[in-house]
Amino acid sequence: MLALERVGKTYPNGVHALGGVSLDVALGEIVAVIGGSGCGKSTLLRAIGGLDPASEGTVTLDGERITAPHEKIGIIFQEPRLLPWLKVADNVGFGLGHRPKAERAERVASALQRVGLVDKAAMWPRELSGGQAQRVAIARALVPRPQVLLLDEPFSALDAFTRTDLQDHLLDLWADARPTLMLVTHDVDEAIALADRVMVMCPRPGRIFDEIEVDLPRPRDRQSAAFDFVKRRVLVALDRSLNRAVTSAEGETKTSAGAALWW
Amino acid sequence: MSLIAMTVAAQRSATEQRVASTHWSRWARPALGFMLPVTLAAAWEFVVRMGWASGRLAPPPSVIFATFVDLARSGELQRDTLVTLARVAAGFGIGVTVATIIGASAGYSAWVRRMLDPSLQALRAIPSIAWIPLFILWLGIFEASKVTLIAVGVFFPVYLGLMGAIQSVDRKLVEVGRAFRLTDVEMVRRILLPAVLPAYVISLRSGLGLGWMFVVAAELMGASSGLGYLLIDGQQLGKPAEIVAAIVAFAIVGKVTDWLIALVAAPFLRWEDVVRPD
Repeated sequence: MLALERVGKTYPNGVHALGGVSLDVALGEIVAVIGGSGCGKSTLLRAIGGLDPASEGTVTLDGERITAPHEKIGIIFQEPRLLPWLKVADNVGFGLGHRPKAERAERVASALQRVGLVDKAAMWPRELSGGQAQRVAIARALVPRPQVLLLDEPFSALDAFTRTDLQDHLLDLWADARPTLMLVTHDVDEAIALADRVMVMCPRPGRIFDEIEVDLPRPRDRQSAAFDFVKRRVLVALDRSLNRAVTSAEGETKTSAGAALWW
Repeated sequence: MSLIAMTVAAQRSATEQRVASTHWSRWARPALGFMLPVTLAAAWEFVVRMGWASGRLAPPPSVIFATFVDLARSGELQRDTLVTLARVAAGFGIGVTVATIIGASAGYSAWVRRMLDPSLQALRAIPSIAWIPLFILWLGIFEASKVTLIAVGVFFPVYLGLMGAIQSVDRKLVEVGRAFRLTDVEMVRRILLPAVLPAYVISLRSGLGLGWMFVVAAELMGASSGLGYLLIDGQQLGKPAEIVAAIVAFAIVGKVTDWLIALVAAPFLRWEDVVRPD
């Protein structure tokens, strides 16, 4: 289980990016984190991953404290970040440097097959499209069989079609080993299509404002009324989270014009 | 014709053009490069043959070629070329080694950079020729001073290039290394070195070019062999053809050595995502 206890982050320049986030994520759960700009969602993810350790509070995975990148935690970024001097197969096997060659080749081959890019194994990253490159990045993160996978807006740089395609693909891959997924996203549809729980964050300082459970069976129909209902709840929460930062009286349900611009 | 049909037809002809042009330009492009110098040489040959110019101070290609053959027959050309080549090789080797070590350290460690870079930048500002009297005084007029001068010339482009390249490595890729928990050594070997390789090769070629420049300076200031010596010899004995022959030899050997670096490095740089010129 992934446990966050009063995780906070203050940067050396004084910016108080995160203020006391507490959260428990069960094994195999998919949690989406959404919120407006500056609400600290990427900061939170990077603190969990150990890239920018928290300045307050603790992050524990199965009782073990996380203060630096851990072998059980995989990270996928907004850009594919493939190493341009390695072919696709070598990129996918990058995290397996210490394993014997035969095992590495086998795991890479099976990962490439899983993401449908076996025929691209001997290509250079520059020859791939954006969607293909991101699939390779996902394969690379999954090959070491992490217990937790952190995704920082993984599909925001892709076009709408590729995005929905990869969302379904990610669920497919997740079903294999059922790692815990934590997904930061701007896309409300994406959050609801994938997650068991949607955490809405608000800024100044970043903290969890609301938590919405998505109790829909998978595979989820993005056009269904039930989907729409949850989406509306999330949008209202987002709207409120923005107003809370702009200080309104407790309990007031004010809707600002700007909040309608949720993308 | 419908709009769609027109677009398809235009696309098809553009592709055909591109395919046709690659067939044509495969040998046409390098041939075009030779066109200008060959035309000028042929024109000059013609002018001298016609008696419109004396061709004494500026010998025509036929005389230069004859001089080349003479020098080769007497073995002088080979000996001088090898001597100069050996000096450049030694200076290049030393300069690259020192520059790589210092450049890598300065690129990786801000502390080293702040200590060394200001002094090195000051030294870099000194014109190359100014070093010659000092090196001759310290190291004598034989090989040591020449090789040192070449090494100094090679050092600066390689140092600057490597240091700059390390500092500009994409942080996002470094972060991938961190996410995969690479040790410091692994980080350098698996991410930093491959990332800086293209810029490093460019700096090597740049350094080599300067090395060839500095060997001329070194040999002009007192040598008894080498292509630079051939230049001086031609000047002192009033043999312009020898001077031009030496210059042509410099050009050829310089170009070949540069081409060798590019050739050796090419397989390691196939991955680069660069805009290929048409």
